[in-house]
Amino acid sequence: MKELLDDEPGKEILLLGNEAIVRGALEAGIGHGSTYPGTPSSEIGNTLEKIAKDYGMYFEYSANEKVAMETAAAAAASGVRAMAWMKHVGVNVASDALMTLMYSGVKAGMVIVAAGDPSMHSSQNEQDTRFYSLLGNIPMLEPTTPHEAKEMVKYGFDLSEKLELPVLIRTTTRVNHARGVVTFGEIKEPDGDGYFEKDPARFVAVPQNSVKNHPRLLKQMDIAEKITEESEFTYPQEVENAELHVISSGAGFNYIKEVKEEDDLPISILKLGMTNPLPVEKIRDFIEEAERLLVVEELEPFLEEKVTALAKDVNPDLEIYGKNSGHFSRLYEYDPDRIKEALSDLMDFEKEEEPLQAEDYALPARPPSLCPGCPHRATYYAVKKALGGEEGVFSSDIGCYTLGVQDPLNTTDYLLCMGSSVGAAGGFSKNTDQQVFAFLGDSTFFHSGLPALVSGFYNQHDFVYVIMDNRTTAMTGHQPHPGTGKTGMGDPAPMASIEDLAKGAGIEFVETVDPYDIEKTIDVFERAMEHDGISVVVPKHPCALIEQREEAWAPYQVDLEECKQCHICTNQFGCIALVREGDKVTINETLCIGCGQCAQVCPFDAIKQEVEE
Amino acid sequence: MKRVNLEIVGVGGQGILTSSQVIGDAALNQGLDVYMSEVHGMAQRGGVVVTTVKIGEEVYSPLIGKGEADIVLGFEPVETYRAIEQASEKTWVVTNTVPIVPFTVSVGDGVYPDIENEIIPSLKKATDRLITLDAETLAKEAGAAITQNIVMIGALTATDVLPMSKTDMEESIENNVPQKFVDMNIDAFEKGYQRAKELM
Repeated sequence: MKELLDDEPGKEILLLGNEAIVRGALEAGIGHGSTYPGTPSSEIGNTLEKIAKDYGMYFEYSANEKVAMETAAAAAASGVRAMAWMKHVGVNVASDALMTLMYSGVKAGMVIVAAGDPSMHSSQNEQDTRFYSLLGNIPMLEPTTPHEAKEMVKYGFDLSEKLELPVLIRTTTRVNHARGVVTFGEIKEPDGDGYFEKDPARFVAVPQNSVKNHPRLLKQMDIAEKITEESEFTYPQEVENAELHVISSGAGFNYIKEVKEEDDLPISILKLGMTNPLPVEKIRDFIEEAERLLVVEELEPFLEEKVTALAKDVNPDLEIYGKNSGHFSRLYEYDPDRIKEALSDLMDFEKEEEPLQAEDYALPARPPSLCPGCPHRATYYAVKKALGGEEGVFSSDIGCYTLGVQDPLNTTDYLLCMGSSVGAAGGFSKNTDQQVFAFLGDSTFFHSGLPALVSGFYNQHDFVYVIMDNRTTAMTGHQPHPGTGKTGMGDPAPMASIEDLAKGAGIEFVETVDPYDIEKTIDVFERAMEHDGISVVVPKHPCALIEQREEAWAPYQVDLEECKQCHICTNQFGCIALVREGDKVTINETLCIGCGQCAQVCPFDAIKQEVEE
Repeated sequence: MKRVNLEIVGVGGQGILTSSQVIGDAALNQGLDVYMSEVHGMAQRGGVVVTTVKIGEEVYSPLIGKGEADIVLGFEPVETYRAIEQASEKTWVVTNTVPIVPFTVSVGDGVYPDIENEIIPSLKKATDRLITLDAETLAKEAGAAITQNIVMIGALTATDVLPMSKTDMEESIENNVPQKFVDMNIDAFEKGYQRAKELM
């Protein structure tokens, strides 16, 4: 991705939306970047890992989104252009800082990228993050394409500086993870040498200052109301004798635009780029003479309700279609089909191609699963063995280990958000007599498991706190974290120790074990369950995907002579390299990484690295 | 030119992202507009992967409606079958016949259909424009099973539906795979191309 550093204005290149966002920041002279990884925003950080140093900016993986927001805010308060990015639910974590940051504002430009995930491809909810712009009075831009995302990030820094307020760029999966043609602009030198000029009246949010800074924020947003009317990202695409008017923003615009162009439909579209504040005048002009209006936006009726309110004043006879009329749903992402379905009710329009019909087989589901060799599988297996048939309550967390929810492990019973495993485990332990486990990963522990640990110790909760340390932030693409000894820019870093932190909090039972040694791991869990209060167990083994980059082991095979077809390996352990056909179990040699966990699980020693022919 | 919609389906880890990158770059090098959607994150862990590549003079969105794919390129037969609604009778369906049995089957949560006796006959019944090939065997002949994705691109290119030439595609492969594996991948591409031409 070194190509992103090419200073060749006009060059056209195929970029992932997240790469385009990075390029926009480079064209704006970004000096500071901070994040906590989260799909669909992760590749912004993955890209900067590779190029931040060459470009000359500072980049870090912060312990969580709130810290990322705060470090970026301080950079921007010190005159250094800064960006913080996160997935939509990461904004929830950072929102405490963000809501007050809007009062004090920034000196240099600050851009916040909030990446939404309609349809929940890789998320626990599909909240419409645009509402934060109203809650916090945050100027907001909604890109539709990778190229526009790049342009909006660049513009966002200028806008932020003009208003002295952070600017929110709200994307969705089909922008972040779309790949499109992007045209390069000029690269700017990175901002550096910040200096924080003290201004307590502005930067210290005590009540006597905040009562003055809140009206200041509203005044700045009055200025933003004028700016939004002139935004180059908002424009009408009108046709003569339009049968339908459309207002749209974000990814939804792409689909209505495509359907309109493809079938040459008589539709006028007002495409909105800056959606907080809304360009009220432009919308008024657009709907004034219209008869019928369709609002196309994914998730909540954010635009629709405002436009509906406006129409009561401007054009009371306007017929408005969208979510309230039932033409669109508030659920999931849109696609060309959903647009066509809505249009087929509103105008003379029929879908051309008939989808193929084929015989109906009950196709087996293919949900995501723990990888072959994943150390989490051994940990879960050991926990269930240690329980010996007793029912445990498994309070889980956000990461690869959430996949323990699948058969045959079924080690995920309760999950809300990053770090929730620990607080919830405490709640279960205080209110039930069940044996409770909290499962979370190393990165998630640093993210939000730590305060909950201290809280649980203090309140004398009683559960087994399992910190599954695979030495990386695996699910989002193997980013480093405070325990890995490496910074986001690839430099060596001091290592935070999970065990020392737990002991420092006062926990008496703290044990580390290699889950690849299943027997030993079972023993640790048995003793952990005996212990009163919180017992911390750290199953520690590198993510199989990382370990396999460094050394390759020979795959295992099932010795069919020895196999008694007990199916413990498939029914209790369930590595995806184990293939059962009828009663026969074999190992898929391509998938097997040779970790040998299943060989330990087999009571008949029928799984071996070399089977004699 | 008419826009070309390509839907690629398969399983995480099959090299689908590299494939779409090869196709997208080839199109861009011909001065065409390209818009693609990819899958990153959780789904990649052994789950279903669906990516799209749309190529034309101007492309406005990255997703494809039902029945509107010009090509469905399936890296795994059950996943091809699952995506069949994306195809119409005008669509070329190009599929690998080598199964990857999901773990749900091994733990008793489903049955993997018979590829030779159920899936392929049903696909044949649904469309005349079907190309089936054992990409694994061809890839191994080229040097490594991992080049299956490039075998599939060869077969895709043979349909002549893409607005890029065979040479354009080969150039893009050269630009997108590590230098030391270029020859092996070009061989894999050729094998997929020839096999599909024989079948058409």
